[in-house]
Amino acid sequence: MIGSMLVWGLAPLGDDLISALHGGWLLIMGDPSVPDPGEVHLFALSAALLFGFHLVLTLIRAAWRISRQRAKHRHLLRLLSNPSQTRPNTLVIDHDMPVAYCVPGISQSVTVLSRGLLTQLSAEEQQAVIAHERSHLDQRHDLLILAFTAWHEALPWLPTSRLALDAVRQLIEMLADDKALEKVNRHTLLKAIVTVATAAAMDDSSSKNHSSSAGLVGMPDGEVSSRRLQRLLSPQDPLGRPQRALVLLSTIMLLICPTVLLIAPRLLDW
Amino acid sequence: MASLGDLERSVMDLLWDSAEPLTANDLRDDLAALGTDAKELAVTTVLTVLARLEKKGLVERERTTRPHRYAASSSREDHTVGLLNDALGTAQDREAVLARFIGGISPDEAASLRAILDSVKSA
Repeated sequence: MIGSMLVWGLAPLGDDLISALHGGWLLIMGDPSVPDPGEVHLFALSAALLFGFHLVLTLIRAAWRISRQRAKHRHLLRLLSNPSQTRPNTLVIDHDMPVAYCVPGISQSVTVLSRGLLTQLSAEEQQAVIAHERSHLDQRHDLLILAFTAWHEALPWLPTSRLALDAVRQLIEMLADDKALEKVNRHTLLKAIVTVATAAAMDDSSSKNHSSSAGLVGMPDGEVSSRRLQRLLSPQDPLGRPQRALVLLSTIMLLICPTVLLIAPRLLDW
Repeated sequence: MASLGDLERSVMDLLWDSAEPLTANDLRDDLAALGTDAKELAVTTVLTVLARLEKKGLVERERTTRPHRYAASSSREDHTVGLLNDALGTAQDREAVLARFIGGISPDEAASLRAILDSVKSA
């Protein structure tokens, strides 16, 4: 969106992107030899610049806010949790509810488990949970989420920003599930998910009203709608090599084609 | 010499376990009794730690007595619950922690999943 406004705004200033950018720069510097691009184009240019700044600023603000929240959380963790005796970079908090999450950080990321998780899950299921969390940390999923959160925050009225954030959230869970499946089998992972999810739901319903617990009892064969669970329950064969190559290729082309076309007139001149 | 962070933790543990507010002197003595590395601890260091904790809202100071006495602002359990709310709650700070294990699974789905797994087991 920003790109299209930028390109359209620059169009009268040159035949290709590079000379147009050069023309834009001269225009800003007040060079009289540059033709006046007209109000509409100037408006598009200004809007593109504003949106660009807005995006970058929102990203910085979100990063700053999240890092502060993490620092606070980490500080409390330090006072309230104990390092796990058996696992590196793992903290245990003293609570009966089975909980697992991770706190990413630049210098040190930690996985947090509750005592409830350690008592209610078998050793194998614990391994599934830990492999899942560890892969979130190893693959720096927090940065992905940060980028998409900031994008959504900057343009909350744009439906694609919400869709993208949701999709990325689901995809990172699937990625982490795949990592966990390298360590344990499907059934163990599913059992671990069920135990943790059920306990969280019970806690939820007991602290609020009992409407959701009625739903729990009432729909034993409801649909499992989330893609994450569907693909664990009925695994599908991964895409073949040609299909994967095709997807990858189209992704790259989607990025490269517009850029090349914008510069093309100049390339042809050489 | 223990780091400031470790010291904060020891001080909080003492305050949480103590039935009544403690003075910095009490704390210094208790810390010295706890471990050998805390022996050299000065009361001023304890006061520094207490001031930091007070600023963070973890400790409350009783100003009516001399010397001032300190108590934990809320119990260890309350703080643990607060911490978990941070991680699981609906609060906005959920971004602080990354994707908890059951991210994106609703209670209803958990129930259906459980039913499916049970049927697999019995079959």
